[in-house]
Amino acid sequence: MHEMSICEGILLTLEAQAKEQNYKTVKKVWLDIGAFSGVEPRALTFGWEVVTRNSLAENSELIINHIPGQAWCLSCSSSVTIQNRYDNCPKCDSGMLQMTGGEELKIKELEVD
Amino acid sequence: MCTVCGCGTGEVSIENNHNHQHDHNHDHQHNHEHSHETHAPHTENGDLHYGTGPAHSHAPGLSQSRMIEIETNILSKNDEYAHNNRHLFSHKGIFALNLVSSPGSGKTTLLTETITRLKDKLSVAVIEGDQQTANDADRIRATGVPAIQVNTGKGCHLDAHMVGHAVEHLGLDDYSLLFIENVGNLVCPSAFDLGEDHKVAILSVTEGEDKPIKYPDMFAAADVMLLNKTDLLPYLDFDVDACIAYAKKVNSNIQVIQVSAKTGEGMDEWINWLITQRKARLTQAKSALSTQLKALETAMDI
Repeated sequence: MHEMSICEGILLTLEAQAKEQNYKTVKKVWLDIGAFSGVEPRALTFGWEVVTRNSLAENSELIINHIPGQAWCLSCSSSVTIQNRYDNCPKCDSGMLQMTGGEELKIKELEVD
Repeated sequence: MCTVCGCGTGEVSIENNHNHQHDHNHDHQHNHEHSHETHAPHTENGDLHYGTGPAHSHAPGLSQSRMIEIETNILSKNDEYAHNNRHLFSHKGIFALNLVSSPGSGKTTLLTETITRLKDKLSVAVIEGDQQTANDADRIRATGVPAIQVNTGKGCHLDAHMVGHAVEHLGLDDYSLLFIENVGNLVCPSAFDLGEDHKVAILSVTEGEDKPIKYPDMFAAADVMLLNKTDLLPYLDFDVDACIAYAKKVNSNIQVIQVSAKTGEGMDEWINWLITQRKARLTQAKSALSTQLKALETAMDI
């Protein structure tokens, strides 16, 4: 449900950048969204259309780069990809994982006019 | 105009704060003063050069799209407000806790019990977040401490901006204890830093023991989990050990305290945790101040 707030956050950034970077419309927005960022990409895309109406990003496209959950296994000393925060190491089944990635919530790049 | 951000009107309402309703639906009509450098042809020696913009497109009449790398955190605006709140708290020696849980976990009862035990020792204040009604703030005020209700309207969480305003209206005492009772929701509030010292997740034994793995983001973000309503355990099939194991699975550092706000069981442990953490924070502030004092004395001594 907070995807709407996230969309508003993105739009605020785009509006602030518009002055600095001298553009008046945004056509595409590239995002990095981590698996554990608490954001549901489909809800984000839906919210984006609503939030950007009558804004400089109206009809713009959100391109979401999904970042998988990454962890470092303290037991077998390897970097592994995990699906859930509570997963065991897929290599050695140890529960001693330290999250190293998957919480990203970033605007990476814009295509603007 | 508000001093936190100078913002306009919106849907969020803060009690007794008629003119300060914020949602950041500002009138973004931004008719920017564009110099049209990137759209107008570039003139050189009397010739017109289209397509000299950064993207080097050469189709006359078509606008030139260009790429901008910005690499910005989406929640950077919230984080900025959270940073300001944290700065204010640290400046005034305020210890702030963000209480998060699902609706009906017994947060408000736990809070009133906690306040009753602490209010004679130190100054306590509460920010109550709910979508509607001031019922919870009324319950807190009945204990004799100041409380302010923030109604988020359709919003599912408090953000640092709302908290900044609420703090402004509460007028907190130096060295006080601030509880921020978030909107009952185990999902959204996990993403929003409010400037607090710790997030405290409250889970009651009338909920499922697997909530920490069903809603892992919240338990991963919290420093402590209060397992509430333990007086009801004899009547339920709730597996306490499994619940704690699940919580540790998503957050190996999470501390678990079992409490019953009703019978008082475990309340001493919770109060001790709170006092110890607050003291640790104030000790940090004290050592920073003494470093500053030493630097000042050295500067005076020439």
